[in-house]
Amino acid sequence: MNWGSASEFFAMGGYGFYVWGSFGVTAAALLIETLLVRKRLGDTRRLLRRELAADRESQD
Amino acid sequence: MSQPLINWFKFASPASFYPLAGKLWPWFAALATAFAAAGLWISFFVAPTDFQQGEGYRIIFIHVPASWMSMFIYCVMAFWSAIGIGFNTRLSGMMSSALAPTGALFAFLSLWTGALWGKPMWGAWWVWDARLTSELILLFLYLGYIALTAAIDDPRRADKAGAIVSLVGVINVPIIYFSVKWWNTLHQGASVSMTKAPTMAATMLWGMLLMALAFWMYSIAVALYRVRAIILERERHATWVAELPEMQR
Repeated sequence: MNWGSASEFFAMGGYGFYVWGSFGVTAAALLIETLLVRKRLGDTRRLLRRELAADRESQD
Repeated sequence: MSQPLINWFKFASPASFYPLAGKLWPWFAALATAFAAAGLWISFFVAPTDFQQGEGYRIIFIHVPASWMSMFIYCVMAFWSAIGIGFNTRLSGMMSSALAPTGALFAFLSLWTGALWGKPMWGAWWVWDARLTSELILLFLYLGYIALTAAIDDPRRADKAGAIVSLVGVINVPIIYFSVKWWNTLHQGASVSMTKAPTMAATMLWGMLLMALAFWMYSIAVALYRVRAIILERERHATWVAELPEMQR
């Protein structure tokens, strides 16, 4: 174990800004990509469902 | 002729790859989470403080895996591009397009974490060093691929154009890798090599490898998820799409 306390952990021996800036932005980027890709599939499905429903209606 | 165990060509059709990708991505997402948890634990709680760089060196646990992934994903894109040009399979272009944004993201993260590491250790966010410059070119190659394929309306032609960009650009990957040997760079040499024993503590190496596995599994999961969206967008007029259970009201 490297850390005596939580504040020591967050300070990262004076490199807190650089270390958390790296890990934080990486985590945020991966999270945002995940959300965007989910939105893309969801939007596409919704659009196609609407198109198919319109097709069916015009055939009836 | 003996019967192969798996008929690979069956999965080359978007109609059968769409449900397969849907079944596979949760497993890769679960693996990514597990590897990330183990990797982060080692990165912060097991790996000792570096005697030269203090705690600042911990950036290595995402910087190196992100850089590896940015190069590896580009090679996978080039592989799918070659398959697409050689066999004229529709799925290959979709795989390349599904990988490009994730590759670009890792190239960006490699540069970003590199800048945050360079500032405290070298005193500069950025230097025009061969390693950094060739990685920046990799990011531009990804962005160029994305912009070019987005600018061409016909997806099949977009795939062809994109395939040429990725096949020509793949020359840049060995340039990045060997840049620290070929040129006199500020960037340090490879910490892990195939031929020599690694020049770092075993726990540091384990942390890096676990984080690399986490990024790798993440990339597969997110690319499989994205390729499903791309398949639906491109095959929207196909009968199999209309017959999908999620398309019924």
